[in-house]
Amino acid sequence: MTKGSCRKNVTVALAGAPNTGKSTLFNALTGLRQHVGNWPGKTVEKKTGIYRRNGRVFSFVDLPGSYSLSAHSLEEEIARDFLVRERPDLVVAIADASSLERSLYLVCELLQLGLPTVLALNMMDVARSGGLEVDAAALETTLGIPVVPMVARDGQGISPLLEAIETVADEERRTPTAGPRLGDDIEALVARLDVLLPAEFNLPYPRRWALVKLLEGDPSLRRSLKATLPADAWERIREVLHVHEQAMLEIASSRYDWAAETYRRAVSRPRGESVSLGERADRLLTHPLGGLFAFVAMVFGIYWLMFNVGAPLQRWLQDNMVARSADGLEGALKGWPDWSTSLLSNGIIGGAGLVLTFIPILAILFLALAMLEDVGYMARAAFVMDRFMHLIGLRGQSFLPLFLGWGCNVPAIMGSRIVESRGARLTTILVAPLVPCAARMVVIALFTAAFFGGAAALVSWSMVMLNLVVLALAALFISRFLFRGQDSSFVMELPRYHTPNIRTVLLTTWDRVRRFVVLAGTVILVMSLVVWAFSTFPSGDIEDSILGHIGRGLAPIGGLMGLDWRMMVALLTSFVAKEQTIATLGVILGTGEGANGALKTELTSIMAPAAAVSFIALQMLFVPCAASVAAIRQETRSWRWTGFAVGYMLVTSFVVAIAIYQVARLFGLGV
Amino acid sequence: MRADDQVVPLGMLRPGETGIVVDLSGGRGFVARCLALGCTPGTRLRMERNVGRGPVIVLVRGTRLALGRGESMRLRVKRQEMKT
Repeated sequence: MTKGSCRKNVTVALAGAPNTGKSTLFNALTGLRQHVGNWPGKTVEKKTGIYRRNGRVFSFVDLPGSYSLSAHSLEEEIARDFLVRERPDLVVAIADASSLERSLYLVCELLQLGLPTVLALNMMDVARSGGLEVDAAALETTLGIPVVPMVARDGQGISPLLEAIETVADEERRTPTAGPRLGDDIEALVARLDVLLPAEFNLPYPRRWALVKLLEGDPSLRRSLKATLPADAWERIREVLHVHEQAMLEIASSRYDWAAETYRRAVSRPRGESVSLGERADRLLTHPLGGLFAFVAMVFGIYWLMFNVGAPLQRWLQDNMVARSADGLEGALKGWPDWSTSLLSNGIIGGAGLVLTFIPILAILFLALAMLEDVGYMARAAFVMDRFMHLIGLRGQSFLPLFLGWGCNVPAIMGSRIVESRGARLTTILVAPLVPCAARMVVIALFTAAFFGGAAALVSWSMVMLNLVVLALAALFISRFLFRGQDSSFVMELPRYHTPNIRTVLLTTWDRVRRFVVLAGTVILVMSLVVWAFSTFPSGDIEDSILGHIGRGLAPIGGLMGLDWRMMVALLTSFVAKEQTIATLGVILGTGEGANGALKTELTSIMAPAAAVSFIALQMLFVPCAASVAAIRQETRSWRWTGFAVGYMLVTSFVVAIAIYQVARLFGLGV
Repeated sequence: MRADDQVVPLGMLRPGETGIVVDLSGGRGFVARCLALGCTPGTRLRMERNVGRGPVIVLVRGTRLALGRGESMRLRVKRQEMKT
């Protein structure tokens, strides 16, 4: 083994449970020198960052937050596979001093791995204000590893932590104290499994560690053994595991006994539990009624900001940046062939501009959500909403991503990562495109204003409700029939409230906006070009274009909804982005883009009110936009599920729209 | 037997009551999650919020946990006498 002092590159893994301030610490350690990507083949974010000191390069890897090293969720599997298989040079375990006993559980598992470890004892201020005095020195003696007390939010303890990391990196590898003993029963079981598992069998994990994890019921280990062992060998092991299913209780208990004992040694006389500000806030925020009102008020606040600050900014960008550069370009390209100016101004600037104008609204939404997340409110929202989500076969965690969808479905689909169980996560992804996004609201607003005057708000509201009913039915159907019997339990920590850390909030917001721009930007740009080509070739006139012909081909179906071919073309172009419908209608009906007054008059002359309602339903429920489809593919990693999402929405939209028009006709309403 | 009568699903505890975990049932993922979060047999829990339907909040080892209604019925606890 190389001598520690020679090591120039040191890989440091940051491991900790959710809500221990791991991201804040990671940001404080690496600043903006970080790289965000995905874990290979996984949809979980991987953050790495570099820190240089005294000619050494420390590469920090931010592991996904996990409560234990058993692979019961994707995050836990990634965290533990990195630790166990790639063996980083050093582990920084992060513990929440204000909830030390719980934090020590993961620390215990980390110690049992035998890697050089430093304990970052975070949130010392919270512990102190809660009446706990944590003695870091005593903890150091008990654990046998360096313990650094810190308040990562305020940057306190960062340099002592870096020094401790350096010191440990300098030392030769040593075996830290191995954590608790497992008890004789468990040791006997481990010995039995050791005999049953063929000695020549190569595990990608340390043998003893893997045997203990098997007893803990680790699903991914079981799967891999079942797949690779001879059937009879696996059968004998499975039998032992089956008879001793209770072993997982004993192992967890032994770790917690150790944690409780360590806690008693390090924490001096906890004062009687005082009622903190957070607990008082929770009396309201988790109250079945009060919490609901508080939540609705918060949602309203976010919308108010989006529409009163974001929307004007969006219009400003549209008028001053997008429209002007398109005009400027057309001027500059005088004399070039028509199709090339049209390609640049409609295809490229139109597409890129669309993404650009969405940024203000999304930035506000992401900022508000990052703030609520950092404060610790999100778990309360999930708690309050669980009762309602349960009715449609989902759990509280799914509420948040779906709620994001009101701004734009893409972040909703990407946000579904926070839902742990696979079935619930897929259900969330598959119904997320049914949340009426801001772009669809624009189309609804135009149509209802054109056809229903004073009743426009009521009609819009009814259409949104119809949309939500379809969403609820779809969620119920998918979760009941496609993911029947999958474990989607609702067990969630309610973290303590914190004052938000501006740096963490801004970094999170920036990161999400960037991801949206990259995904939506590429997809929307490409789709804009495709639709531009389809609507331009062969003659340059949309009526004779490929798209026009497709629209005419669909006219018989359109007839069932009282819609002519032009409406079908407008519907098809909504695949680029939902609000594209309006721009297309402007072109086909010859009223020009933006001139909404003329467009409204023209619309009322080509269809009846019943057909208009039918069209709104059709447009709302139609296949997800291109960016959403790309997001679904990215998050499910499956073309099958992506195809399913597109297919079921396509069918639903036509069925509902035809039903609306035909029923209206039957009763002679608005036709 | 009186002692047996006091073993109830966690979801039956009223707010303010405490109980000691006796056992857990359900999917392996669910049990493992509860264990990792500190609900091991022998642990004292205190019910913080329970309105008879919807999820509950319990205090475990200094941390507050939210559990769905169904989940709260899969943890059995021994109800402790209320100190008055």
